[in-house]
Amino acid sequence: MLSKRIIPCLDVRNGKLTKGIKFKGNVDIGDPVEMAAFYYEEGADELVFYDITASSEKRQIMIETVRKVAERIFIPFSVGGGIRTVEDMRQVLLAGAEKVSINSAAIRDPGLISRGAEAFGSQAIVLGMDVKKVPRSESIPSGYEMVIDGGRTYVGLDALAWAKQGESLGAGEICLNSIDADGTKEGYELTLNRLIATNVSIPVIASGGAGKAEHLFQVLTEGMADAALIASITHYGTYTIRQLKSYLHDKGIKVRMNW
Amino acid sequence: MIAIVDYEAGNLTSVQRALNFLGYESFITAEPSRVADAERVIFPGVGAAGKAMADLKSRKLDLALQEAFRSGKPLLGICLGTQIIMEWSEENNTSCLGLIKGKVRRFPEDLADQNGNKLKVPHMGWNGVHIKRAHPLFEGVSPSSEFYFVHAYYPAPATGTTVLGETFYGLTFASVICSGNLVAVQFHPEKSGRPGLRILANFCQWKGSEDA
Repeated sequence: MLSKRIIPCLDVRNGKLTKGIKFKGNVDIGDPVEMAAFYYEEGADELVFYDITASSEKRQIMIETVRKVAERIFIPFSVGGGIRTVEDMRQVLLAGAEKVSINSAAIRDPGLISRGAEAFGSQAIVLGMDVKKVPRSESIPSGYEMVIDGGRTYVGLDALAWAKQGESLGAGEICLNSIDADGTKEGYELTLNRLIATNVSIPVIASGGAGKAEHLFQVLTEGMADAALIASITHYGTYTIRQLKSYLHDKGIKVRMNW
Repeated sequence: MIAIVDYEAGNLTSVQRALNFLGYESFITAEPSRVADAERVIFPGVGAAGKAMADLKSRKLDLALQEAFRSGKPLLGICLGTQIIMEWSEENNTSCLGLIKGKVRRFPEDLADQNGNKLKVPHMGWNGVHIKRAHPLFEGVSPSSEFYFVHAYYPAPATGTTVLGETFYGLTFASVICSGNLVAVQFHPEKSGRPGLRILANFCQWKGSEDA
């Protein structure tokens, strides 16, 4: 049977790593290629690169980073941030990424999901979702609303409806980030994860809030996620990937223990 | 030299990058004559069987692969490359190369695990492979290794002896097929970490028989 995946997320700005707390006060902490190689050796099942600035003139820096990463690690990795066209996707995939993640660009232009899936296959298209909890309303019946611009702008779109639409447009996977939980280290948003995971039939990667190994266990069981995205919990050495996996393995979760 | 067959079916460069990392030279080609000249041949691929076979035929690469199989040189199929070696695929109702007797089936919609939980299709992520007998390509690969899969269709060989490895995902399917100088893996060795690289390295040294 499939193992649950543990996926470190590396935020990159101008070719350097950052890790933001609630998307503010980002500081550079190192070289993404070295960090990718480190996580590959450590037993990460997949990696996610998120290009924070991604201004179009600096796009080439990220492509070069992707190329270098692809020469060093031999597990799947995805790249998100600043991907707005099928041509942007093609560049990233040709540079060696397995998947691209699209977020705000897909909200502005939902057809981008289907065009990407048609060109490269659904398995290559990850729908990134930034979500905030809001009061239930007629326009947001699930009580979870899509936000863009790093959580600053509400778009009036219900997260559950968007997840279903994304799936029907051809997204192969959803990376579900709770803006409320992100950076808190108090655990994933379990209700949100469960809501989305039970209503789509594509894999859901839970994101935002991991602070303890127990949080991963919760989101992979109660939250019904297929994979857990992690960042500061391993970036700063609180846990190693092996420690997290051993914990999950001991609690009966199937994870890849041999690498 | 190792030929990586180009039939417009996905990311060939990731296989080449893995070979570069291991120190083996390779070239990507769509020329039947270069496939014929190569010492060994890898045919990777993602995408749909119908389009893949149409592309292979339009370039006469179908004949080149059939000839390479007869010639006895080491051949490695990856992912879709493991499906097109069968006789027929349910995907787009496609006649395939017929190097191995059997068909390619889609995972059923009602696929479920042992506890009755519905399973998602495609089968995507890390899963184990039960290797049924010793083979040079799996030398040094731990039985508990996992490999990266992405597929909605699986090969179903008619002859049990051609099944070298099996994987369970709601049903047990042939994830590694072998016959003489041919080995084909449904997973992506180039994306499966160290165990995957070991299989690629073993292939690069392989003489093309089950013994060596």
